[in-house]
Amino acid sequence: MRKTFTFHGGIHPPENKHQSVRTPIADAGIPPELIIPLSQHIGAPAGVVVEIGQHVLKGQMIAEAQGFVSVPKHAPTSGTIHAIEDRLIAHPSGHLAPCIVIVPDGKDEWIECKGTPHYETVDKVKLIGLIRDAGVAGMGGAGFPSSVKLSVKAGTHIETLIINGTECEPYITADDALMRERAEQIIEGAKILRYIIGPQETLIGVEDNKPEGIAALRAAAQGTGIEVVDFPTKYPSGGEKQLIEILTGKQVPSGGLPSQVGVVCQNIGSTVAIYEAVVHGRPLISRVTTVTGNAVREPQNFQVLLGTPMRYLLEKAGYQPEKNRRMIMGGPMMGFTVPDIDVPIVKTTNCLLAPTEAELPTPPPAQACIRCGMCAEACPASLLPQQLFWFAQGKEFEKLEEHNLFDCIECGACSYACPSNIPLVQYYRASKAEILQQRRDHEKAEASRIRFESRQQRLEQAEAEKEAKRAARKKAAEQRAQSAGTDTGEDPIQAAIARAQAKKAAQQGAGDEQSELEKLEKTVVSAQKRLDTATTKLEQAKAEGSDFVEALQTGVEKTRTKLAAAEQALTAYQQSHNQAAAEQDAPPVDAAKAAIEKAMAKRQAEAAMSPLEKAQSDLAKLQQRLQKTEEKLAQSKANGDEEKVIVALESTVVRLSEKISATQQTLQAAEDA
Amino acid sequence: MALMRLTSPHAHGPMSTQRVMQYVLLATVPGIIVLTHFFGFGTLVNILWGCVVAIACESFALKLRGRPLGFYLKDCSALVTAFLLCIALPPYSPWWLIAVGIASSILLAKQLYGGLGYNPFNPAMAGYVILLISFPVQMTTWAPPLGAGGEVPGLWQALQACFTPGQYDAVTMATPLDVLKQNNSLLIEDLWQQNPQFGTFAGLGWEWANVAFLAGGAWLLYQRIFTWHAPVAMLASLSLLAAIFYDGGSSASGGSPLFHLFSGATMFGAFFIVTDPVTSAVSLRGRLIYGALIGVLVYLIRVRGNYPDAVAFAVLIMNFAAPFIDYYTQPRTYGHSDKRGEK
Ligand code: SF4
Ligand code: SF4
Repeated sequence: MRKTFTFHGGIHPPENKHQSVRTPIADAGIPPELIIPLSQHIGAPAGVVVEIGQHVLKGQMIAEAQGFVSVPKHAPTSGTIHAIEDRLIAHPSGHLAPCIVIVPDGKDEWIECKGTPHYETVDKVKLIGLIRDAGVAGMGGAGFPSSVKLSVKAGTHIETLIINGTECEPYITADDALMRERAEQIIEGAKILRYIIGPQETLIGVEDNKPEGIAALRAAAQGTGIEVVDFPTKYPSGGEKQLIEILTGKQVPSGGLPSQVGVVCQNIGSTVAIYEAVVHGRPLISRVTTVTGNAVREPQNFQVLLGTPMRYLLEKAGYQPEKNRRMIMGGPMMGFTVPDIDVPIVKTTNCLLAPTEAELPTPPPAQACIRCGMCAEACPASLLPQQLFWFAQGKEFEKLEEHNLFDCIECGACSYACPSNIPLVQYYRASKAEILQQRRDHEKAEASRIRFESRQQRLEQAEAEKEAKRAARKKAAEQRAQSAGTDTGEDPIQAAIARAQAKKAAQQGAGDEQSELEKLEKTVVSAQKRLDTATTKLEQAKAEGSDFVEALQTGVEKTRTKLAAAEQALTAYQQSHNQAAAEQDAPPVDAAKAAIEKAMAKRQAEAAMSPLEKAQSDLAKLQQRLQKTEEKLAQSKANGDEEKVIVALESTVVRLSEKISATQQTLQAAEDA
Repeated sequence: MALMRLTSPHAHGPMSTQRVMQYVLLATVPGIIVLTHFFGFGTLVNILWGCVVAIACESFALKLRGRPLGFYLKDCSALVTAFLLCIALPPYSPWWLIAVGIASSILLAKQLYGGLGYNPFNPAMAGYVILLISFPVQMTTWAPPLGAGGEVPGLWQALQACFTPGQYDAVTMATPLDVLKQNNSLLIEDLWQQNPQFGTFAGLGWEWANVAFLAGGAWLLYQRIFTWHAPVAMLASLSLLAAIFYDGGSSASGGSPLFHLFSGATMFGAFFIVTDPVTSAVSLRGRLIYGALIGVLVYLIRVRGNYPDAVAFAVLIMNFAAPFIDYYTQPRTYGHSDKRGEK
């Protein structure tokens, strides 16, 4: 027997698992319509590759992955693409989301699938590619793409591969049913994972309330070196962090990934899906879902096609809508209510729970916190939920973070235990969202403050330079007047070169066009940076409960669009700028040298100029530039260019106009002198 | 019918605040029975009258604060306060003493701070201390226990004592703690023999009342109403100090550990006052410290202070300290190498 560990806290809610495992997994059949959401929880939405009216075969790809954290979608059965439109999906927010709607033809005709039964001969990276192409994503909680979890950073040493067969949530038996009926497939899948990851040991962790599943797994694992470990039942031992602690005694560092302590986790459903994908070449198009609760007559497990409307599945189990007032997707501890039973089954739908009011009563109003500490006793993260509640009520965000709010996995154990019926988790979720929003706002404000300050500085610097130049010119004029006719020994050409170089340097720092370019480049770089951090954060948060991850996910999405926009603006600007440069037939061989030469020539001429003449020529030049920029702006506007380009050009126009009026003033002064 | 939208968790445990309070009330019953057996109906009459006043005060405060009566009365916390204070009061207390005590507990110590959950001080003990300071005579007159000479008063006399105190001829006797405190010449053994107040291992009657409260507390522990930390720490530190200063039972002895454990309000305090969740420390380590310090204070006040029993003062003092204890005893969060935010 292997030594197991325990984690702090935990609760023992009534299990209610027996109802749904009395019969074997039933086939739910083909519903009249399948609704496939393009984004199933985690990752960028997939890109549609089919058209309305097109006929597709079972297993045919209908939407492709976009980006690293994304998986493709496949047709769950053969049929016709009926629509590509927004539909209500199973999501806590109750939002509409783009979906592909398929009307099955009833033939259930497979596309040709090529399996890789001898995967040991195939490159690991290629296997991960296969898994990704098969659309395999985490089939418990958050639905993180399995391929991402398997792509462990080079140099990370993985000691333990854990297959999570805990299924600690009450009512749910989908994994239990798989263990009982498809133990061989689970073991095969685990072997594939073991081959890809190369850990020292491979463990399957199961709570001891599933003796049949454990026995079946043990029988199938004989001689494979895969160890089936059972441990006492306690909610939430199926939480990734808790399971790692139970099996290895190690704790994943706060904000870190399991791989940092040498662990990779996969759940039972994903392991079977990986087996199907690698050995048979079949994409993930169906899953086992538990339909249970006292409002269904025959609670049981179904093999159901993804995209099947919940209503269809519920009816198969003898749904009694009159007895049911809330429909929960997932379990009673961490599941969420769906707005409508016409939403489709997705990869993460492990359970449909239709409770009666007597079974899961509507929570009574909350009473005052009596600081009894029952919540703290139950908390698997060793937090002080009552303190967090106190701070959340007072919106003391700093205190909340100090008390490690972000280590809360939203398991609900505290709310379950609280005698005063305080919806603690609800407060934590809201506070987390608010803090994240604050952080974003703060970043934004910080960025714009820096922008404002550097612009202010630029303006001041330009002003100071102008002032210095004016003084120098005045002095030079005085000197010239004094030593008219005599050679002062100053080499006018050297002086001109120096001036030109200074001017060039100034232009690079604060020159109008250059600064626009710089600004755009900076936007791109910072957007890229933000995207990078957001993606890392997302990966870190993936195990921390669905809502939080979703928020980060949309954040990543938004940042990505922003990055794309910034990049577009930059290229647009560069193009238009290059065009302008070409028009001016300035050969871009060695811009600096050419500029110096040009400046030398000019300065030679200018050296002879009086301040009046100089001011006049400056003015002429500026006016010319203004005209050009205005033309460009008009063109951009007509082309309907990116807003950023237009704004940039507009600000150039404004600044040129400012300069012109300044020069006019100088001119005035020179004329007066 | 539209489906309800609720956030997780959807399941809720069997525990409710009302139930916690009812369990506490139930757990006092053995102690009350023993007290009644040894001291007569005084405590029972105290409690009955106290409950009436408590409900009236609570209702009055809730009305003033515009809160729904039924919802807040249902939590039974006012009854718990009444029970605890009335058990602590001397039996055969006059009605006005009880009324003043309950009103102070409920109105001043609890509702003024915002009601249940917001009170920094244990309401029953706050009320007790207010009475002790204001009416020291009434608060220190205890009836003699059964077997220490004289008859134990019946129900009628108890009612008389309470409601027509002027016509009631009280028989009183010093408590064992008083006797020990005033002793400065006798060896413990002799003291024991010369005074009828002493029983088998502690005060006559008191020892069994303490045993009964211990039993009630153990039952609450078994029901997981509170954790063992604070009461065990208190009893441990109290007996440790008593053992250190027992001094072989000399005339300067502070009394044996057994005597301290089963005298006065020790067990009642340990399991019904120190465990008051609202005013104690929250984290488990915090509760250990909180309980241990109360034990120390109880011993010091009993042996060195001016008042014979000390649970009320000790608890109130530590109520002050509870937030600080909490601050310094935060548990280590999962995945953190040390407490408080550091990773
Ligand atoms: S369980 Fe509820 S009442 Fe008890 S301390 Fe926690 S939040 Fe307060
Ligand atoms: S929801 Fe958060 S605070 Fe509550 S028990 Fe779970 S981890 Fe602890």
